[in-house]
Amino acid sequence: MWPKQYNKRVRNSFVVLALALTTLFSQPAFSQADQVPTDAETIAKGETLFKQNCKVCHNVHTRLIGPALQNVYDRRTLPWIYAFVQNSSKLIASGDEQAVQVFNENNQVQMTAFDFLSEEEILSIMAYIKDQTDNPPVEEAAAAADSGATGTAQPEGLPTSYLNAIIIGALILLVLLLIVLFMIVRTLSRYLRQREDIPEADKELVETKNPLAILRSKAFIGIVAAVITAFVVKQVIDGLYNIGIQQGYAPKQPIAYSHKIHAGDYKIDCNYCHTGVTKSKNANIPSPNICMNCHSSITKGTNTGTAEIEKIYAAIENNEPIEWVRVHNLPDLAYFNHAQHVAVGKIECQTCHGPIEEMEVVRQYANLTMGWCINCHRDTELNTKGNGYYDKLVKLHEQESDKPFTVEANGGLECAKCHY
Amino acid sequence: MKEAKEKIYWKGLEQLTNDPEYVKYADKEFPEYLPVNGADEGEGATRRDFLKLMGFGLAAATLASCEAPIRNAIPYVNKPEDVDPGVPNYYASTFWWGGQYASVVVKTREGRPIKIEGNDLSAVSKGGTNAQVEAAVLSLYDKERLTGPQKDGKDISWADLDKEAKKAFAAAAAAGKKILLVSNTIISPTYKKAIEEFKAKYPTAELVEYDTQSAAGMLQANEADFGIRAVPAYHFDKADVIVSFDADFLGTWVDPVAFTKGYSRNRKLHDGKKTMSRHYQFEANLSLTGANADYRTPLKPSAIGPAILALYNQIASATGNPTVGGAKEAPHIKQAAADLLAAKGKALVVAGANDPAVQTVVNAINQMLDSYGNTIDFTRASNLRQGDDGAIDKVINESNAGNAGAVVLLNCNPVYNHPQGAKLAEALKKADFTLSTADRKDESASQVTYIAPTHHFLESWGDAEPQKGVYSLAQPTISPLFNTRQQEESILKWAGNDSDYFEYLKKTWQDQYAAGKDWLAAQTFWDKCLQDGVYEVDAEPVEVAYSGDVQAAAAKVAATKGSGVELTLYYKVAVGDGTQANNPWLQETPDPITKATWDNYLTVSLADAREWGISETEGKANRVKLTVNGTTLNVPVIIQPGQARGTVGLALGYGRKSAGRVGDGLGVDATPLLGKSNGTISYYVTSGVKVEVTPEMYQVARTQTHQTYMDRGNVIQEATLTEYRKNPYAGREIPHVATWKSPDGKVRPGELSLWKGHKYKDHHWGMVIDMNACTGCSACHVACVAENNIPVVGRQEVINRRDMHWMRIDRYYSSDEKAVAAADGVVSNYRALEQAAENPEVTFQPMMCQHCNNAGCETVCPVAATTHSSSGLNQMVYNRCIGTRYCANNCPYKVRRFNWFKYHDNKQFDKNLAMNNDLGKMVLNPDVTVRSRGVMEKCSMCVQRIQLGKLQAKKEGRRTNDGDIITACAAACPADAIVFGDMNDPESRISKLLKIKDQEGDYGIDKKVGEPRAYTVLEEVGAKPNVLYLTKIRNKDKKESHA
Repeated sequence: MWPKQYNKRVRNSFVVLALALTTLFSQPAFSQADQVPTDAETIAKGETLFKQNCKVCHNVHTRLIGPALQNVYDRRTLPWIYAFVQNSSKLIASGDEQAVQVFNENNQVQMTAFDFLSEEEILSIMAYIKDQTDNPPVEEAAAAADSGATGTAQPEGLPTSYLNAIIIGALILLVLLLIVLFMIVRTLSRYLRQREDIPEADKELVETKNPLAILRSKAFIGIVAAVITAFVVKQVIDGLYNIGIQQGYAPKQPIAYSHKIHAGDYKIDCNYCHTGVTKSKNANIPSPNICMNCHSSITKGTNTGTAEIEKIYAAIENNEPIEWVRVHNLPDLAYFNHAQHVAVGKIECQTCHGPIEEMEVVRQYANLTMGWCINCHRDTELNTKGNGYYDKLVKLHEQESDKPFTVEANGGLECAKCHY
Repeated sequence: MKEAKEKIYWKGLEQLTNDPEYVKYADKEFPEYLPVNGADEGEGATRRDFLKLMGFGLAAATLASCEAPIRNAIPYVNKPEDVDPGVPNYYASTFWWGGQYASVVVKTREGRPIKIEGNDLSAVSKGGTNAQVEAAVLSLYDKERLTGPQKDGKDISWADLDKEAKKAFAAAAAAGKKILLVSNTIISPTYKKAIEEFKAKYPTAELVEYDTQSAAGMLQANEADFGIRAVPAYHFDKADVIVSFDADFLGTWVDPVAFTKGYSRNRKLHDGKKTMSRHYQFEANLSLTGANADYRTPLKPSAIGPAILALYNQIASATGNPTVGGAKEAPHIKQAAADLLAAKGKALVVAGANDPAVQTVVNAINQMLDSYGNTIDFTRASNLRQGDDGAIDKVINESNAGNAGAVVLLNCNPVYNHPQGAKLAEALKKADFTLSTADRKDESASQVTYIAPTHHFLESWGDAEPQKGVYSLAQPTISPLFNTRQQEESILKWAGNDSDYFEYLKKTWQDQYAAGKDWLAAQTFWDKCLQDGVYEVDAEPVEVAYSGDVQAAAAKVAATKGSGVELTLYYKVAVGDGTQANNPWLQETPDPITKATWDNYLTVSLADAREWGISETEGKANRVKLTVNGTTLNVPVIIQPGQARGTVGLALGYGRKSAGRVGDGLGVDATPLLGKSNGTISYYVTSGVKVEVTPEMYQVARTQTHQTYMDRGNVIQEATLTEYRKNPYAGREIPHVATWKSPDGKVRPGELSLWKGHKYKDHHWGMVIDMNACTGCSACHVACVAENNIPVVGRQEVINRRDMHWMRIDRYYSSDEKAVAAADGVVSNYRALEQAAENPEVTFQPMMCQHCNNAGCETVCPVAATTHSSSGLNQMVYNRCIGTRYCANNCPYKVRRFNWFKYHDNKQFDKNLAMNNDLGKMVLNPDVTVRSRGVMEKCSMCVQRIQLGKLQAKKEGRRTNDGDIITACAAACPADAIVFGDMNDPESRISKLLKIKDQEGDYGIDKKVGEPRAYTVLEEVGAKPNVLYLTKIRNKDKKESHA
């Protein structure tokens, strides 16, 4: 039931540039490569257009939602490409054999019509694709070579857990050895003490007090006690300062969702899922219907195969929301608004959330203390460019001060900015 | 230093009499005796308990630091396109409940309504609300509502209920027995259409409507006089002279929101308009309307009729009409008549008496004054009162005669709120089938077999026609919380029409108003109406010709005689007819006049109290036994200045038995005392009233002398209109002090300061309150409670002077009697005292944090928990506050509130519904912190709204527009008395109102205010508030001496 239901949504909301897959039985090879421009300017223009319109669904070398686009200009005629990009459904409806085939091979997911792209612009996109096809980036080339191999790569060397076990084992062994040696020494000296026939010099040696006796001296105990006390006090104070701070908190989530794959590898824009980030105080965790925009066709994941993606389907089928674990918890007494920082301040997500695109499991990057907020408000210059709200304020600030117009200078440290 | 003032201002009699309790607390905000240990905490903590607690605390802290609790973030499964978590949505809807109407806009967050505001597009309520409208959102989350249909107190399915109901209706119709649908006035045309369908299906069905606040007398009079059975529209804004005989049109009478809108428009004064209406009030109880009158005359109820006749005669003889007999002069009648005649065509006379004879005479007066077509108009006649006072009698008679096949109570509660309630309860047992659609098992619903609970109005579809041709739509703002069904749909279902009520409503509207349009146009029409919430059609002008029989009516009026003590039953502004009795926000809203919460009580004049031996000391007064025609009630007493001598007043809407845990058992039920006169329910009992004083003392929880602050000499600044015309600065008291530099005292205290002041570069928020427009209605007060998560503390804590309201409405009595001042410590001059209390002038002053530029609180806080912002706000940081209360002690305005307890999740405050159960908590504003025990709080000038408005402007790359940001109180005010805005913006309403001198490039500390009427309270303190008040101007000729 659900894929049908979502097809429509996908059709409506998607930015798709679905072109053909190479097949062995495809059209006779013909090359239009020479018709595709190669000058840097066109390529740059094409790159911009590609990133704006195509990237969400297409990669050049690998399949994303739509097929890989490398050497597409060799596989299809340029007029066909123009027609398909500008209005794929029209082409499909006209019964074009290739178009229908593409449509069917891609789970009948229709590509949005890009009727606003001129033929020249589409050609520039082709130029970018050609450039990318001819000069594959090293990693991507490697990835392309690896594509299909889903098995997880063995890490080089031993895993850390083994290493830890070996070290701990060795330590235990050493301690045991020490105890055994100590016991042997004790037994031997007792035996020697009972013997009468040993020479005087040796007897003296045997009679000498235990060298460990120094441990019982007041000075030693005092020093040790002082060190321990200092250590404990330091720990307690650090501990107290850290109460409620959950920096590094990376709870297990109900779905093993990887930001690394989505935001890192596939470079999906954060806004695509976190839709509230520019308009609301909450960035919003995406609801499954947003996941379904892509996962209606992508049913198998890189890390976990189908197991985790199935959970999205289950949530929708059972109409049960996914109970994510909140990673970033501000106390109720602090008011934080994403829109203020992202839409107005134009702060990058990573400034507070860290290298999210590298995280398999999201962890709290910043400590989220008030000191951390305040420091940033002290150092950060206001983003006033082109914002009519600030025009007068910037002028007034410049009249009075030659220091940068920071958040603080505009009252950003006032209590009621965050506490009410 | 201070000019001597003739007038004496006082908040309550205890101040006048120097009651020991008052004296004790007058200069102390916090009582010395602090019973902070709750009742169940026993004898107090021992040392062992302390150690145990310490040990536990340490363990708990250690545990807590180990692992923070796991919090979930749960997104929608399928996010609706138009809902973004964190972003509010607004839906237009309609409030029609408990006899009050307002077209509203409902603010929802994450799909749950959290605040109700007025709909500016409405031609009737014009964006105004009142206390009941504001509080209605909490009633939605009331746990006492029924969760599903019931039969004999046991759950039943809707299918079974429908089956059995239909069977019963069919049987009744077949047997020719009556099916009586009992309801309060229905103003929804579509609902009426559904009832017509029901009647078509069951021909014996009949709709009977009654009103709790009945206007049947006027309906009958208008039918007889003009042939129109309707309450006309009153244009108080067009009236230059208003004479009201006990009509509390600003408080509870018919449509107070619309009337306040109109009334206040003609009370405002500025350079361009130096005229205002003159308002005479003749009444027994001191009502909200009477408190706002220029001339108020206390009259016994039995004297009001003859006074109306006297007015009639005055006007009749001046206009050449025959006079009537039975007239009896009263003070101010002559003067009122002269003023009315002078303002012919711009005059308006209204009477609250629910008596067709009285109303006929009033109609005749209005006719002679050319009011019809000018200040009164039948073209847009009101639909809010259509009830018939004989309706319930009919149900009783039919049932007793065994002729009632079915009685259906359509979300009304006549057993409680109709004087024949007890008889009805008996009669219902004789009907074959009884059903109620009440939302809870109220007094009436517990007398019927079936309950088919209806939705709360915020869950329902609907429409309303409050005035002829003026429509308002209602749409649900939340999915039904329980297994309920709106009664309109139930009626349709029983009529055999299974269509969804939404579809039915839409179709009705499109058929009616978009007939002949194609699908798209009809849909667009519907969408537009739904978005706006209102729709208007042209109305045929209705000309009326008076054909009433004044002589006969006058004879009837004259025949009403009074003897002994007389009783006036009335409704209170907040609790109204008791429909929302289970709403703690309303119960804790102080009555604007008595400042009493959580109770009703007998209001008695000071002279009578003394004569009857009622003593009122230390807040307590004797309870009395009130006997009216055989019914005896034991009621508490409040000695009320302005109460007509020989009269007592008692509020209806209390003494509920099945309202819910909050509303049950508060006060006494006065409904059985309602009498009948000339065939209609009478709110006056003019004979047979006996008052017996009992020795039992009882304290009504009143806030009137709470937060009393410094010398109040110039807190209220007022003048008469004549004085104001001569000198716009009239009434202003501008303090000056002598300094070493200017020993002659030419310096304004605000100019002296220890501090450098603040520079406001960005915004400078300020507020102006026009005391001439403010009627004291308390809509702002409830709006503030709803917006800012203010806890309800309960009756005992109000008595302990620990109410938490951020905004209080100070009510001051004043009198010209200098003699009162001599009463120093001992009441040396009873006579003067009585005169002062006989009929004082009243002034309302909304008081909240004044956001001072030299704030006393800020300097004394040892932890800097209260600071000043760069836009003029005094900020309160709860998480920094350690509860020393220095700030409150140092606040000259006494506007800070201390959280003595944890009011949320605390069984001892279970009446604080909004914070003590999961359902109630849904009403909380998620943008405002719920404060914990031990911190101070106060008005923040709705900083959350300011921040949101600024953010919106920044997102759109523009400055804030005036009117984008508006505080909850200003938004609620039906009188538009509160203006909030940016004083740095020369184009803002507040800048223009205050005539702030342009200060381009300066953005200085002190705004030079050019408006002569604007003043800050206690200017001599030098706190320099950002809240200003406009002087009160009374439209009086001259100061008059007491007779």
